[in-house]
Amino acid sequence: MRVVEKRQLLSAEEINRTLQRLAHEIVEKSGGAKDLALVGIRRRGVPLAARMAELMRGFAGTTVPVGTLDITLYRDDLSTIGPQPVVQSTNIDFVVDDRDLVVVDDVLYTGRTIRAAMNGLFDLGRPKRIRLCVLIDRGHRELPVEASFVGRTVQTSDTEIVEVRLREVDSEERVVLVDRVPESAGERAGGRD
Amino acid sequence: MLQRLSHLLGIESLSNEQIAFFLDQSKPFQEFQRYPLKKLATLRGKTVAVAFFEASTRTRISFTTAAARLGADTMALQAESSSLKKGESLIDTVRTLEAMRPDGIVIRHASSGAPEFVAERLDIPVLNAGDGTHEHPTQALLDALTIRDRKGKLEGLNVTIVGDILHSRVARSNIHLLGKFGACVTVCGPAMWVPREVAELAPNMRRTLRIEESLEGADVVMVLRVQTERLHEPALAPDEYIEGYQLTPVRLKLAKADALVLHPGPMIRGLEIDPAVADGPQSCVLDQVTNGLAVRMALLYHLIGGAPVDAPHPAAKERQNAAD
Repeated sequence: MRVVEKRQLLSAEEINRTLQRLAHEIVEKSGGAKDLALVGIRRRGVPLAARMAELMRGFAGTTVPVGTLDITLYRDDLSTIGPQPVVQSTNIDFVVDDRDLVVVDDVLYTGRTIRAAMNGLFDLGRPKRIRLCVLIDRGHRELPVEASFVGRTVQTSDTEIVEVRLREVDSEERVVLVDRVPESAGERAGGRD
Repeated sequence: MLQRLSHLLGIESLSNEQIAFFLDQSKPFQEFQRYPLKKLATLRGKTVAVAFFEASTRTRISFTTAAARLGADTMALQAESSSLKKGESLIDTVRTLEAMRPDGIVIRHASSGAPEFVAERLDIPVLNAGDGTHEHPTQALLDALTIRDRKGKLEGLNVTIVGDILHSRVARSNIHLLGKFGACVTVCGPAMWVPREVAELAPNMRRTLRIEESLEGADVVMVLRVQTERLHEPALAPDEYIEGYQLTPVRLKLAKADALVLHPGPMIRGLEIDPAVADGPQSCVLDQVTNGLAVRMALLYHLIGGAPVDAPHPAAKERQNAAD
């Protein structure tokens, strides 16, 4: 399989404006920022959560705690894959009990990551509420999971991939839709990604 | 690319990358020990055979707890209650365990090389929990993790190991690990327990029979447990050992002011270590215990987790077919 870029979904400026809108929406629908905390899912949910917390501090004047969640140990496909994925740190320094949590991720797809994230959060305590904020919702859900805050909804086919590239992690800042197309005959061997 | 480890038999055969990988992978599991709810489902449905052919409390509890916290079940075999006393051979015992289809086996045995012997004959991962006077790899990993957390590195540290070096698998595994990472290890103890050959196990080693000399400039002091059955007249009386080698507050002052004190346990207070040192601010013994859980969880996750190498999960096969 070969990967080709089909089109740009968001520019750097559009990412910024989308995060501004999402941050405002979250604060408005939370009755202020009291009890609110953001939890970014590794990897690209982490910088998104940090940026939104920074924006909230600017316009709401409150410091919203931000945590980082690694969902590796909660994945549901571990017993079906060979070498186990590397586990990263979870850093949640605030008390989760009775907290109004917003889980932040870059792309919502099957919903399995979010199921894993909720399991991880329950190991840390009993939040008052968990909502989900994503930059892109690309459909194709396999579990009954929906986001409360969505940056942009995109229609995709299941061979397409939404790539969110952020300056903290990648060398550029934009969101692109790429597609996997078959190689010419004879070059088709290989894995799924 | 890091080579996937199929067994953990000893430190000597591991690469620095493999060791560093497991030390790094222990970090998230260290954090996990502080969670209010310490139960994962990561290894749900997996079974770990914990076969201890030699008495042990802490290592056995540590492995069993590590497996439980990952969601795995354990089946235990203990020396005192096992058929070993009835004369069954090692291979028959482990084959019987294997027939109950565990996904991995943790072995402690009084004979050096027993885990390797088993690994050659079974298809499941074998983890060495201490074999004879050979190796105790998880102890060396948890010691390295403890040192690295406090000192930030292993390279260039002066580490003094005091006691019965010759018979100690803890010392042997630690010497291999510390040597690979560029630490300078000094071994110290009575002459009969510190033969010249042990100072050739790793580069940058030093050997001395005087504890005062061994402690000068030490960043880390590892005190080994003295097996009381080895202390007897006329070779060496307990009083002579205490006189010559007990780690006392006065002696510890010869090491660096911020030197760490490690002990693999179980400690015999008043024999190899003065209670004031054991409970003092430089002692890391309880950190060692907690870090042991983290190291063993990381090892079980990577060695026993996932689909078996030669028999992938049916769902994975199906998806592979669909992808082709």
